[in-house]
This record gives sequence, structure tokens and C-alpha cells, in this order.
Amino acid sequence: MTMKIPYYPGCTLNTVAKGFDATAREAALKIGFEMEELKLWNCCGATFPLTPDNLIALSAPAKVLSNARKEGDTVTTLCSVCYNVLKRTNKVIKDDKEKRGVINGFIDSEYDGSLSVLHYLEVLRDKIGFARLKEAVKRPLKGIKAATYYGCMLLRPFEDIGIDDAEKPTIFENMLSALGATPVDFPNKIECCGAHLAMNNTDVVEKLSGNVMTSAVDNGAELIVTSCPLCQYNLEKSQKRLIEERPGYTGVPVVYFTQVLGLAIGADINTLGFEKNEYSIMPLLHRKGIVAGED
Amino acid sequence: MKIKLAKEDIESSKIQLIERVSGEEMRRCYQCGKCSAGCPVSFAMELPPSQVMRFLQLGRVDEVMKANSMWTCVGCLQCYARCPQGVSVAAVLEALRQIVLRKGTDHERIKDVPFPFMKSAPQQAIVCGFRKFVS
Amino acid sequence: MPRIGVFVCQCGNNIAATVDTKKVAEEMAKLPGVVYTTDYKFMCSSPGQEMLKKAIIDNKLDGVIVSACSPHMHEKTFRKASEAAGLNPYRCEITNIREQCSWVHHDKTKKTGTIKSTDLTRMVIERLKRNRPLTKIKIPVRKKALVIGGGIAGIQAALDIAEGGREVILVEKEPSIGGNMARLSETFPTMDCSQCILTPKMVEAELNERITLYTYSEVEKVDGYIGNFTVQIRKKARYVDEALCTGCGECIEKCPFKAESQFEVGLTKRKIIYTPFPQSVPNVPVIDAPNCPKIQKDKCGACAIVCGPKCIDFKQQDRIETVDVGAIIVATGYQNMANERFGEYGYGRIKDVISGMQFERLASSSGPTGGEIRRPSDGKIPKSVVFIQCVGSRDEKKGVSYCSKVCCMYTAKHTMLYSHKVHDGQSYVFYMDIRSGGKRYEEFVRKAIEHDHAMYLRGRVSRVYEKDGKVIVQGADTLSGSQVEIEADMVVLATAIVSRDGADTLAQKLGIGYDKYRFYNEYHPKLKPVETVTAGIFLAGTCMGPMDIPESVAQGSAAASKALALFSADEMTRKPVTALVNRATCNACWDCLTACPYTAIEREDVRNRQGETIRWLARVNEGVCQGCGVCVAACRSKSIDLRGYTDEQVFAAINAF
Repeated sequence: MTMKIPYYPGCTLNTVAKGFDATAREAALKIGFEMEELKLWNCCGATFPLTPDNLIALSAPAKVLSNARKEGDTVTTLCSVCYNVLKRTNKVIKDDKEKRGVINGFIDSEYDGSLSVLHYLEVLRDKIGFARLKEAVKRPLKGIKAATYYGCMLLRPFEDIGIDDAEKPTIFENMLSALGATPVDFPNKIECCGAHLAMNNTDVVEKLSGNVMTSAVDNGAELIVTSCPLCQYNLEKSQKRLIEERPGYTGVPVVYFTQVLGLAIGADINTLGFEKNEYSIMPLLHRKGIVAGED
Repeated sequence: MKIKLAKEDIESSKIQLIERVSGEEMRRCYQCGKCSAGCPVSFAMELPPSQVMRFLQLGRVDEVMKANSMWTCVGCLQCYARCPQGVSVAAVLEALRQIVLRKGTDHERIKDVPFPFMKSAPQQAIVCGFRKFVS
Repeated sequence: MPRIGVFVCQCGNNIAATVDTKKVAEEMAKLPGVVYTTDYKFMCSSPGQEMLKKAIIDNKLDGVIVSACSPHMHEKTFRKASEAAGLNPYRCEITNIREQCSWVHHDKTKKTGTIKSTDLTRMVIERLKRNRPLTKIKIPVRKKALVIGGGIAGIQAALDIAEGGREVILVEKEPSIGGNMARLSETFPTMDCSQCILTPKMVEAELNERITLYTYSEVEKVDGYIGNFTVQIRKKARYVDEALCTGCGECIEKCPFKAESQFEVGLTKRKIIYTPFPQSVPNVPVIDAPNCPKIQKDKCGACAIVCGPKCIDFKQQDRIETVDVGAIIVATGYQNMANERFGEYGYGRIKDVISGMQFERLASSSGPTGGEIRRPSDGKIPKSVVFIQCVGSRDEKKGVSYCSKVCCMYTAKHTMLYSHKVHDGQSYVFYMDIRSGGKRYEEFVRKAIEHDHAMYLRGRVSRVYEKDGKVIVQGADTLSGSQVEIEADMVVLATAIVSRDGADTLAQKLGIGYDKYRFYNEYHPKLKPVETVTAGIFLAGTCMGPMDIPESVAQGSAAASKALALFSADEMTRKPVTALVNRATCNACWDCLTACPYTAIEREDVRNRQGETIRWLARVNEGVCQGCGVCVAACRSKSIDLRGYTDEQVFAAINAF
């Protein structure tokens, strides 16, 4: 029987980043598990409040967790931010009895923090195993030098998230290796893209994301892989300035890891949402002979 | 700049409020500068993170409130991840934002946010941005 | 009827300000058995002591109470004076009416203080009435010392004891003595070559007829007590007969296999049969058994073929030897914290990020580069070197919260060595504070900055990564308030000093205390800096915490002098305040045995005339017992009493309140 895993998509994956969601679901089926969307869910709040007194901001993610608990003992996410917010909120509710009482009071619930919050990457690593994933690969991404961009929310703070080493993570690289690609290590892979400053400080975002891109490209990256819609957005948008300022720079595709996952395990190329990317991955796939066609 | 120091300023109610909201004790910081070294937006801050902490240690809340540092912080937590003393400057900066926003003063007017951004940005950016900048 | 004298001290105004000492003396005179009372300004002064002696003789006193300061201060003084007047010293007791009374009461009418002093003194009188005269315990002393650890502190201790005419056994777990100091290039602040000043001492230790070296050996088990320790030493199999080996080195020459050199901190390889470094003492090679194909798979054996005196023995086994000693000096040293813990610095991933100890080897003329500063990745001479201080030190979150004390100084030294060897190079130092307390230390750091042009940056480093053959260092300079980026050729980490792996298990074998970092505890941080709570066991060097070479040497000498003082008499005397088992009621439940923190309680076989064991009894080893009283509290059948503090005495004191 197919393993069913309760799944929380979050707002962005339901709208702007639909491709992220669809490719993850399809890839899961091909690998041998099913992402079962929660029956009832709401926005997680998109940021974990950094001040410990701001309990009201935890009510939204707490409600997600409380409802999810009624459907099982785990919940999986794809978006790095949702993952960060849900996992940290869960920890607060689990470890801090006093706060648990207050938060439950806000949302009229008795949730105790007993849910385990997983990232899709963790499911692949710990429940499926990268070795098994490798066996499922039909279209190995041979020759593609892919840079893995972790950003912030997938890793920090280490004591709350703990998915991987906070300074030298490898989970992304290991997944890409399983898919046959060549992971590219680069210094900025855990540095911020500028995040929500995209709203009012594009200068800073362009600088930060630009640094990420140039550092990846300088280390040989032909493709950037990420797990956060906001990172993906910022990394794409920042390249306009790079193209203007850096001679010879023509733009590098920035895709979700589930898109390359789907590609590697043989999903229909037209279902992977590549057309939505500002810088197309197709020429690269043609060049490497992974997908037939011309540049 | 010359600063006049007084116990009343160093332990003022403003400082106590910042400590209470942020959950961080200012005197825990020993000014090693590791936060400023790794902060990705330090270059755009009028006061880098370690100086924010220093001014607060001295009880100089006004200097910190005037600076753009709190609105420039992205909350990436690199400072906290590397602080040898386990202090989260990000939490202190968020506390400063919260203190402003909780008075009902907005840092950003919704109508000023560019339309193309509202249309194309991921929802999370909009939600997060509003939570960081709007009361 | 007892004949007790009570002497109430005024301690200038220390006691008299809040206690009416005259009144206390008068009150005590009313008690049965008290035949003499007085008060006096300073009982501890010579006239005060004379008065005490005279009163004992004149009034034929059989017990005295001095109501004065804490017994920690002057119990010894008054017991000695009593003894001089012919009284058993343990018939002299102190009532503490200063620390526990006058200093804590501020009633200027003296009412409270006087009442309390009267009560306290009365209680001690009742206890004294039941005091049995005790005689000091005499223990024979074996005049031979064991030093554990052959680094500079241990070598110094061993040499000093030998110099003092006593025999020493020096145990070192590595194949050679020398310790960490043998690895260093130059030493601050004088820039003496480390090996040049150390090796003469190593050779002296080897040649000294009173010193027996046990290298490649570890302490297995420790029994006994002060003056009478029995220690088992494991001599690990060297596969080379030490007695026959001439140290010709032919075997090393011919060995076809190599492994990473621990002595060179992984910078180079050494043979499978090896001596750690050319000046090793003893100059006898050892075979690295896990890597030796002959021992593992019975292939090769080249060393045995070329060995002239035929001293290689692949079948050698570990041997346990037992030695008897009177004192033990622990000088097991330190190690550096693992750098891999700090991912942001890239150690282990980036070849040109090295540790301070690796830099020492690069700078050492006997090191892998012959003293030329060449970076590990490509052997090029680095033109720009970044030194990062406080890697793990003063880092509560990922490292240790203490300061490692020597890093500021050795980093300054590194910048100097670097500038002396690479004239067109530039060094940068990231520091938090410069800690240069020590004779000529601050001047040394200033010299590194002013004369050798080291650029000191006050701040820390957030990230180190590789780019085009360079090591990019991103950090902050908090003094200018800016972020800084340096394109370096090499990065050197000043890693925290931590206790040795296994420091805790050795401490447990010895019965000495250690802190949360597994550094050994001194008895008193100021006044007993090389003693431990276990009598007869002393400490020296960095096994206690970070310290530099001068301090380690001073401690080695201090510990040696403690051992020599112990050896100065044939017998040592100890306070007779020890536990005493009532042989009639002890039922051998062994609760006392498990409770005793000093392992002072033994099982005694009681045998009949045929030599068969008929029952067991707990027995207190008076040499080990510290008189703490834990066994008294643990004993369910109330079969143990503490001399001087028997249940009878304690209850009498309570009832007198």
C-alpha cells in the first residue's frame, strides 16, 4: 500500500508557486508515497515571531498544527518558511507549558505539540532513503552542475530546526547526487536572499541575491535549486541587474528541487512548470542531452 | 560624539521594556562583533548589529531608534546562529520594531508598496513584509 | 569531676564590640566542672598563650575551651599551647564566637551576642567533658614518587624530586616524553627554541639514575593511601625490546609503509615503525600495530630482518607492572579542541585552514617543512595569513566558556615568526581582547604589532571560504564599525585548550575531583594550588586548566616540593579525627563502604582458629580516612562514630543548649 503523508501546502504553493506543489505531489507518487493535503488549513503567518512575548502571532501556525494533529501524527511541508514557522511553533507548544496554555486559549484547542513536522527533503532522506530514490531515477541529470541554495529558514536556528548541520549542510547535495546531478558547493549557499525586504528595499535584495547568484555561478553552477518560493523569486528578479552590470552574464535558471526531482524520475517535461521560470532550464537540458531538442 | 552615562539611563524603563519584549539581556553581549561580521545586511545598516547592542548597553535607546538597523534586519538569524553567547540580535531588533508598531505607528504604508510586487511576489513575502513593517 | 578552664577572647573589638566577654566568662564559671575562667584581649598573642599554659599548670586543668574565632584560624595554636603545658591537645576545644556570633550580630547593647556566646560555649563544654584524649596517627611513608605525564610539568616534577634525593617513576602514555612542548617552535616572550630548552631536560630525565621512565605506558589501577600507594602500570606492547634496542633507526629506514603522524598533527606521514620525533626519549621505536601489515596479516616484517640486535618482537603483549610509591603527581596535560566543530571556519574542508599547533610545526625547524612557512594545499609560501583567536574559547554556545589563556600570546608569537620568515608577508589577527598579563607579555604583543607589522583587528570572523586558490575571510572590525574581507593564503585557528580524553576516568582511578570541563580540582584555588582533596596526590600543569610553560614548570616544582616534604620524615602524622567502627555491633551491610568518598573503609575477615572466615566487619583505614563523617550518617546500626564528634558528645552538646 502506498504510504500516505499528511501535507500542508501553505498559501504560496496554492497560488504563485503552484508548480512547486504539483511537481512534489507527482514525484511522490512515482517514488512511492502520497502527499495527502490536510482537509483544513490556513496561512502559517509567513514569519516566526522573533520576540518570545508575541504569542498571538503563534495562533495561526498553532491552528494549522492543531488541525493537522486530528489527521495524523506528522505533517509535511515544502516551503522553507512554512516548515520553519510550523516546526518552531510546535517546539514552543511542546516545551513550554505556560505558553501552550495561552496559545490554546487563543485558538480554542488542546494541542500538545505531539506532531512531528517534516520537510519533504526529510521524507526523502529518512523515510524513503536517497539510495532508493536513486533507483527510481529514470532520467539522470548527468553533467548538470547544480548549486544548492539553502537560504536561512531551512536551517536556522539549528537547535529548533535541526534538519542538518547549520554551517555545512549536505541534505540537498545528497539528494541532487542521487538524481545524478553534480552538486556545486558555494560560499553563499546559507546566506540570506533578502527575503521580505523585496517589498521596500529592492536595493538590498538585489545585492544579497546578486551575491548568491554570482557566488554560485563563479563556482560553476549552471542551475540553482531551492526550496523556498521567496528565495526563488528574489534570485530570479535580482538577475536583471546582474545581466546589465556583468558582461557575459545571461541569467541562470532558478528552480524548485521538486522540479528537478520530477525531471529525474521521468515525469512529463511539460508538467514540471519550467515555463514559469524567468530563465529557462530547457537550453541546459538540451545541451546536456537530458531532453531532446535544440537550444 | 560624547555620551554622558548615568545609571538611570543604563537601567531605564525603556531598556527594561526592550529586554522584556526581546527576551534577551543586553549585558550578555560581550561585544565580540561576530554578529556584525556575518550579518548580510550590515553594510546597509546605520548601526551594525554589535553597535546596536553596545548603544543599548549604554542605555542610549534614542540613537538606536533613529537608526535604520531595525528596519533593515531580515531576520535571517545568522547573528544568533554564530553568537558565542547565544544572544539573538535579531530578537532585539524585532523587539525594537514591535515597540514602534505596537504603538500603532506604521513603518510602511500599504498604498506605497509597488503594484507589480503585490501582483507577482509570493504571498509569503507580502504577509511577512506587512507583519514586519505594519502595525 | 573534670577540671575545665574557659578562656574568652575579645579579639580586640572584633568580639568585644557585641559580646560582653567578661560576662560570658563569669557565666561559665557557674557551670559544674569549670574551675577557671577569664577573658582577654588577644588570646592568640604570645601573652595570651602563656596565660593559657600557666592556667593549665596552676589549676591542674584537664580540658580547656577557648571561645574565640573559627577553629580554622587558631585551633592549631591553642592545641599546641595546651600540649606544651602537658595537656592532650585533643582536650582543647574552640568555640567560634566571632564568625558565627559577634560578626553577624550588630546589637551594640551586647545582649544578643552575649547570650549566644554563652550558649555556644556551654555546648562545647559539654562536648569537651566527653572528649577522650586522642593520639596522633603515625603512618609509614614510602619515599618514592609516581609522576603521571611526561610533559614539561611532569618532567620538571620528576627532576626536582630526583634532585631532592628520592626515586621517581615517570609514566608517559606516548612513546616519548616531551608532551605538547616538544611540538612547539619558539616560546613566548623570549623566543627560545622550545626543543632546545626542553630536550636537555628530557635527556636529564632519561639519564638520572633515580628516575625510571615508563613510556608508552598508562596507569591502570591505584590502591592505597598517602605514603602507601600501590599502582598498576600497563606497559603497552611496543613490539620492540627496549633493553636491546640501540636506537640505530635501521628499522624505520626500511619500513615500507606510512601512516599519518600524530606528532606532526597530520601535516605529514611517518613510518609504521617510528619514533614520534628525532629527539625522542627514549630513542626506541614503536610499531603502530593497527597499521602494521606484519602484525595484522603476517606480511612484510622488513624491520625485523634489518634489525641488528634482533629486538623486534611481533608477539609482544601488554604487560602490567605493580609499583609501590608514597606520593603521586598528576601532570597529564591538555589537548586542543576539535576545530571541525566550527563549520564557519572551514577547518577540515579547506586545506589551508590550519590549527595553531599545525602552525607551530610549520614554523619549527624540525617540522615537515624544515621551518619554512608553506601552506598545506600546494606548498606555496603564503603572502597573507589570517589568525583567528578564541576558536572555541569564551564560546559558551559551541565551545567552552573559559579563556584558554595562552592563545593571545602564541598568536602574537606566530605573527612574529611569520614576519621573520616571510619578509613580504602580511599577517592579520582577529581578536576579542588581548590578554597579555605576564612578565614582558604586553611588550611582546606590542612588538608584534609595531615591529613585525601584524594587523590586529578587533572583531570576529563569520565565514571562511575558498575562491580561486585563496582563502577568503569575512569578518568584522568593531573599532571602525565595518565588515572586512581578506583574501588570505592561509588561516590559522587559535583553538581552545581542553582537558585530555580520558581525564575523567583517570581522576576516578585516583579518587581526585574534576570540574565540568574535566580539569582536575586543586584543594584550594589560592592556598593549596597543587594539592588535591586526596592526601598524597598532587597536581601540576594544564591538567588543572589552561596555563603557559612558566606556570606549568612552577607547578611541577611546587608539586615536587610537596612530595619531598612528605618524604622528609620516616613517618607522617595525621589528625586522629577519624571514624571508628564498633566491632560488636557492625553487621557488615557495607553501607559505609559505598558511602565513603575516600575509599577509606575496607572489609575485614574475622577468622576462627582454623583460619575459616566466620564473619565480616567494616574497618576504617586511618591513613585514608579524612574524618568527614559520611559513614557515620550512613550506618544503620549506629556502629560508626567519629573520634572527637561521637554521638554521645554531639547529643550532650545539643542537650546543653
